[in-house]
Amino acid sequence: MNAIAPVGVNASAFLDRGDVKSSAARRRAADFLRQAGLPRAGVEAWKYTSLRALAGVAFAAATQDVDPSAVDALLAEIETVSGLGAAAPRVVFVNGHFDAARSRLPTGVRVSTFAAEGRIGDDIDPAGDVTTALNTVLAHDGLVLVVPEGVDAGCLLLASIGVAADGAPISFHPRHSIVVEKGGRLALLDAAAGQGFYLHNPLYDITVAGGGHLSHARVQVEGQEAVHLAVSHARIAAAGLYDSFTLTLGASLSRHEVHAALTAARACVHVNGAQLLTGRQHGDLTSVITHAAPDCISRQTVKNVLSGQAHGVFQGKIHVDRIAQKTDGYQMNQALLLSDQAEIDAKPELEIYADDVKCSHGATVGALDEDQLFYLRSRGISGDVARSILIRAFLHDVVDLIDDQRLKDSLNLTVESWWKREIV
Amino acid sequence: MPAVAETRKTVETLGQNTYKWGFETDIEMDIAPKGLNEETIRLISARKNEPEWMLEWRLKAYRSWLEMREPTWAKVSYPPIDYQDVHYYAAPRKKPGPKSLDEVDPELLRTYEKLGIPLHEQAMLAGVEVPEGQEARPPVAVDAVFDSVSVATTFRKTLQEAGVIFCPISEAVQEHPELVRKYLGSVVPVTDNFYAALNAAVFTDGSFVFVPKGVRCPMELSTYFRINARNTGQFERTLIVVEDGASVSYLEGCTAPMRDENQLHAAVVELVAMEDASIKYSTVQNWYPGDENGRGGIYNFVTKRGACRGARSKISWTQVETGSAITWKYPSCILQGEGAVGEFYSVAVTNNHQQADTGTKMIHIGRNTRSTIIAKTISAGQSDSTYRGLVRMMPRASGARNFTQCDSLLIGDRCGAHTVPYIESRNMSARVEHEATTSKISEDQLFYCRQRGLSEEDAVGLIVNGFCKDVLKELPMEFAVEAQKLLQISLEGSVG
Repeated sequence: MNAIAPVGVNASAFLDRGDVKSSAARRRAADFLRQAGLPRAGVEAWKYTSLRALAGVAFAAATQDVDPSAVDALLAEIETVSGLGAAAPRVVFVNGHFDAARSRLPTGVRVSTFAAEGRIGDDIDPAGDVTTALNTVLAHDGLVLVVPEGVDAGCLLLASIGVAADGAPISFHPRHSIVVEKGGRLALLDAAAGQGFYLHNPLYDITVAGGGHLSHARVQVEGQEAVHLAVSHARIAAAGLYDSFTLTLGASLSRHEVHAALTAARACVHVNGAQLLTGRQHGDLTSVITHAAPDCISRQTVKNVLSGQAHGVFQGKIHVDRIAQKTDGYQMNQALLLSDQAEIDAKPELEIYADDVKCSHGATVGALDEDQLFYLRSRGISGDVARSILIRAFLHDVVDLIDDQRLKDSLNLTVESWWKREIV
Repeated sequence: MPAVAETRKTVETLGQNTYKWGFETDIEMDIAPKGLNEETIRLISARKNEPEWMLEWRLKAYRSWLEMREPTWAKVSYPPIDYQDVHYYAAPRKKPGPKSLDEVDPELLRTYEKLGIPLHEQAMLAGVEVPEGQEARPPVAVDAVFDSVSVATTFRKTLQEAGVIFCPISEAVQEHPELVRKYLGSVVPVTDNFYAALNAAVFTDGSFVFVPKGVRCPMELSTYFRINARNTGQFERTLIVVEDGASVSYLEGCTAPMRDENQLHAAVVELVAMEDASIKYSTVQNWYPGDENGRGGIYNFVTKRGACRGARSKISWTQVETGSAITWKYPSCILQGEGAVGEFYSVAVTNNHQQADTGTKMIHIGRNTRSTIIAKTISAGQSDSTYRGLVRMMPRASGARNFTQCDSLLIGDRCGAHTVPYIESRNMSARVEHEATTSKISEDQLFYCRQRGLSEEDAVGLIVNGFCKDVLKELPMEFAVEAQKLLQISLEGSVG
């Protein structure tokens, strides 16, 4: 019984194509997909998110051959909302392919692409994880970026545009590799938008070397029909910082999986995020933070604002190895339910094997606080405005955690514009 | 950190501490051959003189068990269990009631003595016929489950006067079939899970409690479970039904003899609370945890669940878990009635090679239902301890509330402590709050105690008792003392 025949077939077809190099990792990933299929009910990691919507869909491999005006319109919107200005460096991918004409490459860093370098993406073990395996089999292009030692590369926009024609679902699986060398710095604004029914399955292979500093803000504003399955694999070395944030606004079904490993002393990771879902949207933020060395710090705050029949999922695991003494881990997950049909499922998990640690997590779920609403209304503020003030304050707390000011401003702008479109 | 080093040393030297309750009573047993099939079930049912419907119920459970698979999601590992290599029935030989304690099997008395049961209670437990008018009235009623057959039930008279039924479940099947038939399996259906189905098929005895409308049970009810006789898996079944406005406090205490082979234990406890009823179920579990190398020890796979069916009903679980090699246990509350309250207070201590995966489930169905979860986990040695809990707010649970706090304490760097809460909410006005922390014993606290002249062992005991205070204070008096003692004994093998 193979529930994902279409994806599986797609994978095999891709592997069989002559121009693609096959590798051990690809074969392992393909075998895994053929055997395991889509995650069935009962698979713990996919307990709350079903990929049934993908079964039976024949996703065609995506090409760059799309309506240019649609791409330009989507790109312009991303750029406006980003607030980075029309001259800021940007790297553009259209349907998973690098678009040189629309990109303005940054200086001071080494930029290349997965396709240009002829990579096969075999550096991450794909077994056991569907999102990673799917990308491993089908990766064809992606950003390859190296921030050299000691360089502050400023702020870069990575824009991914997906455009699918009516009745012709496509899938693309970019594989981005980002390396920040010793003492290097980069602020990456990573936005995904599109239209039509497509599957966007990006993989981020992230390495932050000693003392390096990567701020990575993902803004997921995919089209309404889109399916977004992203996975990040990050390794952070001594005294390095990976400050990540995922803002989920778009797609009908989305999941971002973050696997972050702190591999040397005093490394630090932030896996923050916010999911603002309406209608029948399903958003899932799943993370596994591994403390594999002593004296490391991890921080995670995830907030969900759910209305309509939206379904939010948060699964966060902090794993502390036996050698990771003096670990400092903190995790907070909060959900605001704005309708009677919205649903939140949360699973904050601690798995700890070292004794000299300080780990805690908290979770809260509920509606807006009636007392707070009353307070505002008693001061002459209308009910709608009072609610909006409280929700924005709730969100502001988490966006404020982004340490790069440019990214923070940009995300605040995005939330504002979403707010105007969806609520007001 | 010399204090830690010293602690570790104490751990090592005390690792082989003798299990205080590790003794085995040698009494003639009536044992069914090893293995599980329909014949075994018919044998058990026949021995128990059960009516036809009871046998059918067992067979239905057995047939569904055959189709089920052993759960593997818990964070515990153990060699595969051969369910055909277990005796499913063992009963002490029946003799006519002895006239005095002198006629009672001395082995049995010695067991009671080690359990600390007072002499007059021993007499009643052993079935000594007491002359009229001489009955003492201690505050605790005991129903001793000596292996599989309840040897005796005490204080039944006092309870009877109040209208409370407290008897072995096998007897309830005979004497109150309508009650048993109505409620048995109504909270934990026979097909609920692998171990519950197994229990339903082969359970030999357990306790039955029925508290009628408006009655406050005049005494705390208590059962001593003991696992005896080599290779006898024990499958108790407890059913407690409390009618409108009634209340009961039930104590369950466990000790077991020391032995080499792992023993399977799969109990089922069902609680039913009707309108305004309240049930307090307290457990002190101290089954043999295995030796310092992890050999032997009980496998404790228990299904405990309470249904708060009526409005404003309340079920409270309190547990102190120090024993068993492997614990798989999630006492749960189904909060159906409007304003129903569920509580779960737990202390779980693991040491050496013990593994515990325990927690609770709070299913909020009714409006304005409330639940509180306080779970304290202490891991030492090379043990692994997991808190696994579910809080689910169903769409109609408007105004429901939950508060959860899970704290873990690690002693030594070879153990593990894990927290796996599941929070599911489908009602906007329901509120869920969850907090969890993991840390080690604070050096500052330890230093403070030691500089005031406490030995390290006492200091750790004091700190751990303080850590568990929120839970221990929920225990009834009778248990609070024993629980504190138990914590100390368990810690003897771990910190000092």
